[in-house]
Amino acid sequence: MYALVDCNNFYASCERVFNPSLQNKPVAILSNNDGCVIARSDEAKNLNLPMGAPIFKWESFCKHHKINVLSSNYPLYGDMSARVMKILEHFTPDVEIYSIDEAFLEFKGFDEYDFNEYGKIIRKRILKWTGIPTCVGVAPTKALCKVANKIARKFPKETGGVYVIDTDEKRIKALKWTAIKNVWGIGRRLQKRLEAKGCKTAFDFTQLTDDWVRNNFSITEWKLKKDLEGIPTIALEIKEAKRSIATTRSFEYTCSDIENIKERISTFAASCAEKLRDQNSSCHMIIVMLSSDRHKKDAEQHSASKTVIFPYPTDSTLSITKAAVEAVKTIFKTEIKYKRAGVIVTGLVPTDNHQLNLFLHENPKHRPLMSAIDRLNKKYKTDTIKLANQDLQRTWKMKQERLSPKYTTKINDIITVK
Amino acid sequence: MSKALQFFTPKASNSNGAIFIDTGISAGFPSPADDFRETRISLDEELITNKEATFFAKVNGQSMIGAGLDDNDLLVIDRSLEPENNKIAVCFLDGEFTVKRLKVRDNEVWLQPENPNYPIIKITEENDFVIWGIVTSVIKKV
Repeated sequence: MYALVDCNNFYASCERVFNPSLQNKPVAILSNNDGCVIARSDEAKNLNLPMGAPIFKWESFCKHHKINVLSSNYPLYGDMSARVMKILEHFTPDVEIYSIDEAFLEFKGFDEYDFNEYGKIIRKRILKWTGIPTCVGVAPTKALCKVANKIARKFPKETGGVYVIDTDEKRIKALKWTAIKNVWGIGRRLQKRLEAKGCKTAFDFTQLTDDWVRNNFSITEWKLKKDLEGIPTIALEIKEAKRSIATTRSFEYTCSDIENIKERISTFAASCAEKLRDQNSSCHMIIVMLSSDRHKKDAEQHSASKTVIFPYPTDSTLSITKAAVEAVKTIFKTEIKYKRAGVIVTGLVPTDNHQLNLFLHENPKHRPLMSAIDRLNKKYKTDTIKLANQDLQRTWKMKQERLSPKYTTKINDIITVK
Repeated sequence: MSKALQFFTPKASNSNGAIFIDTGISAGFPSPADDFRETRISLDEELITNKEATFFAKVNGQSMIGAGLDDNDLLVIDRSLEPENNKIAVCFLDGEFTVKRLKVRDNEVWLQPENPNYPIIKITEENDFVIWGIVTSVIKKV
């Protein structure tokens, strides 16, 4: 059997743990730079505040309905997510972290278990230990877990937040209840094609023949169909260290000055390098991207990317930023108003056992320098130490006007009690 | 010397020269302490039994000075522990975090300060009240 544990309105729930007065009140969380709504509590959903709503347009709506609007506090969400995932490992060794707020569990050799009971224990422990409410869907396959989880979420009173699909009767009933567009992995285009074929529900989809699905779609949809039939086909994916790391951002204003662009690229590259060192990886290759605002149809458009391959894998901020800045200089065009830039580091290898190159290697002085920088930045605050080409007079500070404290990751931000 | 073959001399390294060998090299009597090496004392391990459920808070005010909780002390809070009579708990009461000693008797919950200048609080149905976590240690600067 498998289970999907999904945190309810995760970002809003994290905020509520440390600010319980937000309980039962509408909460909305904004994207980086306070752009648009990316997460909503049930109360905010019920007020019909749409996902993706640009806040400058919805400000008065939020004021009117007393919606608590907050900047996204990723250090907090990341830490709370790590706690939840760690607790899940108490219940089975096979955990696939599917996203920041959901994980698949596999139960091998749990035949005698009462999964409804077990699911309730999982929920209860996560809620008590971290304050985060969850729903648990249990079923013989991962795709059916997704369906079971939706049922648990939709009918909290009847299910107590846990739903188990353990008979064919329950499976068919659940599939008939699930609209085709809500099936895991069915995108907008697939939905249209399936609906044209008369597939309204997940159950209809399982009634198509295997051959038709394989011929008209791909192996992925065929696997999904098998999974929905209750035949385990989509296996647990235990994630290794990330295979690439990206830092890309839209600018608050468009930018056509090479010095500013170089600064941005340098900052993004430094952030990638820090993440590399954090997971003990080095990269073989970086990709630098630059693009104009494609929504401004009247302005001249330009987007380009440049790949740089290193002669040896590196995790040094100095080497990576230097290469990134050189690369961006080659793709930058004057007169273009750029809106977005990014750095991706890829071709990752573990730092400790990469192949040595006989002739070329990282300057050995970088390693102790980088670890000293990381230590200081962790101990004091982010970006205590940075390269001189990063952040010219802090022009680019991310807009986070409604940020809650970093309750679990900064000692000066912890809650105070009277 | 033949012109067809040119010899190069490796440049002397400018590193400090010493090679560090992690395991040590036997030269003389081995340290008698090696077999008894232990890891250093870790305050994290002493003070935190359940990492996933542990949070920190700072004390503001004097209401618990009798229990040794002074202004600005750091509290270690374990959310996994069950609230019981006489435990010191961080609670959320009517819009504010508070730390008090729990008193549970005859189906009634009281929050008892440890300072005669503060009143004992009876929790009723009117209160917006949550027991947030149990205090396990107090860390103070002296």
